[in-house]
Amino acid sequence: MSIYDYLYYIILPVLAVSTLLIFIRFIIGPSLSDRVVSLDLLLTTGIGIITIYSIHTNQPAFLDIAMIMALIAFLGTVAFSYYLEKREKNE
Amino acid sequence: MKTLIFKTASAYLLPLLLLFSVFILLRGHYLPGGGFVGGLMAAIAFVIHSFANGIERTKNIVKFHPGFLMPVGLLLALLAGALPLLFGETFMTGLWMKQAVPVIGSVGTALFFDTGVYLVVIGVTLTIIFTISEGL
Repeated sequence: MSIYDYLYYIILPVLAVSTLLIFIRFIIGPSLSDRVVSLDLLLTTGIGIITIYSIHTNQPAFLDIAMIMALIAFLGTVAFSYYLEKREKNE
Repeated sequence: MKTLIFKTASAYLLPLLLLFSVFILLRGHYLPGGGFVGGLMAAIAFVIHSFANGIERTKNIVKFHPGFLMPVGLLLALLAGALPLLFGETFMTGLWMKQAVPVIGSVGTALFFDTGVYLVVIGVTLTIIFTISEGL
C-alpha cells in the first residue's frame, strides 16, 4: 500500500466523516461559542483536505492556499471571540 | 483583548505577514497570488495587530490615514497603463525590461499595475476596518 493509497482510502474518508460530524455540531450547537469553534474546526479540516489534494495532484501551489485559509480561519475565530467578549461586557 | 500570548504573537506576526504579502505580490504573475491577495494579506496583518493591541496602537504604526493609499495606488496603476503610450503602443500594452533584475525576475509594467492594486486594496480594507471599529 503506497502513501497515495493510504491518503486516498483512509485519511480522506476519515476527514470526510469528521466534516459531517462537525457540521452536525455546527447546526445543533446550543450556544454561539460552540458554533464558532465548530466553524474553526471545519476550516481546519478543509486545510487537511486541501493538503491531501495537493499531494494527490502533485501541485505544491495548493499548499499556499491552505496557508492563507489557515490565516483567515485564525482571524475569523479571533474576531468572533473579540466581539463575543465585547457583547458580554455590554450586557 | 487582554491575552499575553496573542499580544506577544502579534508582535512577530505583523512583520512576517507583511513580508509574506510582498512575496505573494511578486510571485503573482505566473503562480497563484497577485496584488489583490497580497493587499488582503497585508490588511489582515494590521487587523490581527489591532485585535491584540487595540485600534489606537495600530493607528500609531500606520502614520498616515490609510485612505491616502487609494489615490496613490490608482495613480500608479494609471501610470503603468499609460506608459506604453509614450512608446507608440496602445493603452495597457505590457512592456518588459530586456534584462531580468536579480531576485525579483523580469520587471514589466504589469508589476507596477499589480503594486497599484496592492496599495488600493490595503487602503480600502484598512479604511473600512478602522471606520467600523470606531463606530463600535
